[in-house]
Amino acid sequence: MNRKNQKSELIASLVSTIWFVILLFPFLVMKVNVTGGKAVVIFRWSYLPVIAISIFVLSFLWRRALEWNQHRGDKTPVRTPLSGIRDFIITALRRKPIKLGVMALLLLIVLAYPYVLGMYHTNIMITALIYVMLALGLNIVVGLGGLLNLGYAAFFAVGAYTYGLLWKYAGPAFISAGIDTGWLFWIALPSAGVIAVIFGILLSLPVLRLRGDYLAIITLAFGEMFRMVLQNSGPVTGGATGISLIPRPWLFGIRLPPRQAATYIYYIAIILVIFTIFVVRRIEDSRVGRALEAMREDEVACEAMGVDLVRNKMATFALGAFWAGIAGVLLAAQTTYINPDSFTLWESIMVLMAIVIGGTGSIPGAIGGALILKLLPEYFRPLAQYRMLIYGIAMIIIIIFKPDGLIPRNRKRYTFVEKSASDSVPGVQK
Amino acid sequence: MALMELKNVCTFYGNIQALRNISLTVEEGEIVTLIGANGAGKTTTLMSICGITTIRSGEILLDGVDISKKNPHQIVSMGLSQVPEGRRIFPQLTVLENLDMGAFLRKDTDLIKKDFEEVFDIFPRLAERRNQPGGTLSGGEQQMLAISRALMARPRILLMDEPSLGLAPLFVHNIFEVIKRINIERKTTIFLVEQNANMALKIANKGYVLQNGVIKMAETAEKLLANEEVRKAYLGL
Repeated sequence: MNRKNQKSELIASLVSTIWFVILLFPFLVMKVNVTGGKAVVIFRWSYLPVIAISIFVLSFLWRRALEWNQHRGDKTPVRTPLSGIRDFIITALRRKPIKLGVMALLLLIVLAYPYVLGMYHTNIMITALIYVMLALGLNIVVGLGGLLNLGYAAFFAVGAYTYGLLWKYAGPAFISAGIDTGWLFWIALPSAGVIAVIFGILLSLPVLRLRGDYLAIITLAFGEMFRMVLQNSGPVTGGATGISLIPRPWLFGIRLPPRQAATYIYYIAIILVIFTIFVVRRIEDSRVGRALEAMREDEVACEAMGVDLVRNKMATFALGAFWAGIAGVLLAAQTTYINPDSFTLWESIMVLMAIVIGGTGSIPGAIGGALILKLLPEYFRPLAQYRMLIYGIAMIIIIIFKPDGLIPRNRKRYTFVEKSASDSVPGVQK
Repeated sequence: MALMELKNVCTFYGNIQALRNISLTVEEGEIVTLIGANGAGKTTTLMSICGITTIRSGEILLDGVDISKKNPHQIVSMGLSQVPEGRRIFPQLTVLENLDMGAFLRKDTDLIKKDFEEVFDIFPRLAERRNQPGGTLSGGEQQMLAISRALMARPRILLMDEPSLGLAPLFVHNIFEVIKRINIERKTTIFLVEQNANMALKIANKGYVLQNGVIKMAETAEKLLANEEVRKAYLGL
């Protein structure tokens, strides 16, 4: 960058410094002290240079960062020691024995996790895994289908309440019949999936013709409506107090102490997440997945190709809802207590944020995003009061510097074998 | 029996009538063109046939079956495919994936393979760019892709909406040659909506002139080319 450019940046930073100092003056420099019924304004002049200098530095750094971001694609990649290590790791991972070894190591870490780190960390991890499932489910709707769903927490609630209500109404019968109430979890798990799918289809009906902002608003309204209904139908759902003492899942009739129960739920969550990843990957590579992607790109063209948009959209919502329903049951089993406050718009936005941060449409992205968003706040409790600020800054930085997300989608490419190869088959190759 | 027939089709957008009693016939193996100025109702006619815009009255017959109440995907499955206006390719899908979407309703994997080759034979440029996302192609290549994608459905009748739109004159010539070739080699019936009346009428058997939602003239292409009124209004001669 040349000198002239640098000078203009300095001037721009100076202008923004002056502007911010004027803006922040009443908040940070002036302070009103009310003593004995008299208001005295105190001017804390020592704050002024601190504000000015920090804003100047931040503004200048931000401008430089934007400049760097704009031109970072211009240069041909240079071999640095860091990129060398990265390339080495990538090529090493391609080789089968190493890949298998890494997978085995990962599996070992995942399996040993609750024994090594104890109950506190296991519980945090379960919550994070629930979010991973939610993110993977929403990824089908938003990442593949391109339908912005802001009412996703409603399906999460459907799952949790399926289990909760099953416990509330069938529980006493189970107890009086002498059957272990832990069985309820295993009944709730598939039925929550089915019921969430039904809700997903029901929601998809009114929004079939909508897209973009309108779809977002309607789904948002649906999510909040659903929560309100849960909150205000006290006699049935327990209202704002929710449902408590939900039993933990059954394990061969053994009543587990909380610590072992957490470990058990952790393993169930791990299995469900692996199952989710497997199914979502299959969907992505299937005809349906391709149709979903095409729908995201151009609906009219899709119709012209003979894709049944109505069925496609229903399938998208139903598939997304299914995973949220399952995740809901898991949440109810882990916390043993549910109330409508666990399913606010904020939950939907968190899941959406996880997808955007991780990389829309990318499976590792959704997993990574959900883990980051759920784990980091837990381990940075002291910074809890700045959480929103940090989220906001992180989102802005990611959107500007990494618009495709942290782990962008590496699309599988459909390749076509040359005619000369006698048995040419168009197939999927990475 | 005509392959496709429109009988007194009326289409409305709200309470504005876009098509007034459109009637036309397309025989098997023909190239029929519909020409008209901006806003005459050409695209509406196509969208009505495809079922994307619903018609208020009249009949649209494909092989004698009324398709006006059917869904777009049902109509595609009956052998009618379209190249939509403005190409509308899928920008993030690769050329191959775009083509594969064209064959979405087909199950005959072997024939699809052959059709890939045929399409690449017609447009060698696409073969070169098979793994490139559709959005990175040039305008002309995107048009090739849109036509190829429609061909992948193996339609009996291919509807094209302004394939020459926004293309360089030399390339327009090329596209029309390809359209003729598709018609002859694959025996695909073609219904061509065009503003470039001159080129369209040169390759067509029959032409219809659409004006303000009404069919003004229906003649063989040669007669329309020679018609004084048409020459003045649409050919600029």
